[in-house]
Amino acid sequence: METEHFAYEYSGPIRPDHRIIYDMIEPGSKVLDLGCGNGDLGYVLERGKSARVQGIELDEASIYRCVGKGLSVFQSDIESALVEYPDGSFDYVIMNQTMQEVKKADFAIREGLRVGKKVIVGFPNFACLRSRAMLFFRGKAPITASLPHHWFDTPNVRFLSVSDMEDFCAMSGIRILRARYLGEKKEIRFWPNLRAQNAVFVLAQK
Amino acid sequence: MVEAQRHLVDHLGIDRLLAVAGGSMGGMQVLQWVASFPERVRSAIPIATTLKHSPQQIAFNEVVRQSIMADPEWRQGNYYAYGQPAKGLAVARMIGHITFMSDRSMEEKFSRKRKNGGFNKFDPDFEVEGYLRYRGDAFVKRFDANSYLYITKAMDYFDLSDGRLFREGHLPDTRFLVISFKSDWLYPSYQSQELVRELKRGRADATFCDIRSTYGHDAFLVEIEEQTHLIRYFLKRTFDGNGTLCL
Repeated sequence: METEHFAYEYSGPIRPDHRIIYDMIEPGSKVLDLGCGNGDLGYVLERGKSARVQGIELDEASIYRCVGKGLSVFQSDIESALVEYPDGSFDYVIMNQTMQEVKKADFAIREGLRVGKKVIVGFPNFACLRSRAMLFFRGKAPITASLPHHWFDTPNVRFLSVSDMEDFCAMSGIRILRARYLGEKKEIRFWPNLRAQNAVFVLAQK
Repeated sequence: MVEAQRHLVDHLGIDRLLAVAGGSMGGMQVLQWVASFPERVRSAIPIATTLKHSPQQIAFNEVVRQSIMADPEWRQGNYYAYGQPAKGLAVARMIGHITFMSDRSMEEKFSRKRKNGGFNKFDPDFEVEGYLRYRGDAFVKRFDANSYLYITKAMDYFDLSDGRLFREGHLPDTRFLVISFKSDWLYPSYQSQELVRELKRGRADATFCDIRSTYGHDAFLVEIEEQTHLIRYFLKRTFDGNGTLCL
């Protein structure tokens, strides 16, 4: 049989947030990637970590790109994607840069913790210094590298900060196993709620 | 039907199938393969199909059967010495073809276009009438009426819902590619989504795509490009497994 390559490869150098998540996941893990987009993260996890990745994505064009990378993917929205899975079906449920677009975010996280042993959430930090400055000095809704949209065309329906996520977890009885933060170019350790543009949390049930 | 296929596959000495694929009733056969011989199916590609017929689907099939049986030429099924119940069988197929299309695709294909432009008794004047009559007559030449009765009945009784697809406590090794079409109202997308829910309960490795199309149920025969892409890379992954990459 003629060897044919997959239609798509990882597009460009690995994204910093993908790198962080990649490093968090043990080899051979079963992973559910909610809102997997073009499948870039799943692609590196399957090849680099021998992970078994199931993607969920709503956009039809993205489904074709995922399948073209050899990924398994369901066409579905995030809220209804989790319901049928038995408890503990996955080692990790990933919601990277998707939770801010989910209407029932608390339901999605709780369902994620039921279906997966751990949940990884990656989200833009609404309280980073740039956003605050834009709101405070210019009186305008923030537009930053991690929140690049105008108010009228943003897909985001949830705006949260690092502190908001910590509060939510404390309130909901969710453990934060790890938290890593990204500034504009590199990782940040101190004052994340002020300095981080993106945050990646690993959550588990208490 | 699947039992007959299994005999053929046995005869050919094939132990395990890389993929079992089919659309519509063919998709039901795919699912029956998975239910009956899971260990012999490496991957399954059910297209525009369902775990069970809805009352609406059974109703259409019943009208199909009644139109055959209402033709006196059917002779309670003993027509072989006299020739097919051609009228009834043609009408049966015309009903089928209406359900295979969509409102939109009929508009695009026929609109209200007419052949002669005037009322001429009950000759087919609208193009859609001519099309249905042509399809009906063509079917009579190649298909046996009694077979149509039995096949539609087999489809109506087919039911792998409520956990009958996978054996209890048996996690399937079969990979799935499920395809449906947005404008298909004979086998609507929700039926494929029900199948997908069943696959999730069984924790099966699966892909599902609801392809945007205006062709109705016929889409599975028409939308070649999208299906080719999905099936090509799904099969490649099934056959090759996964590559490795160092980061």
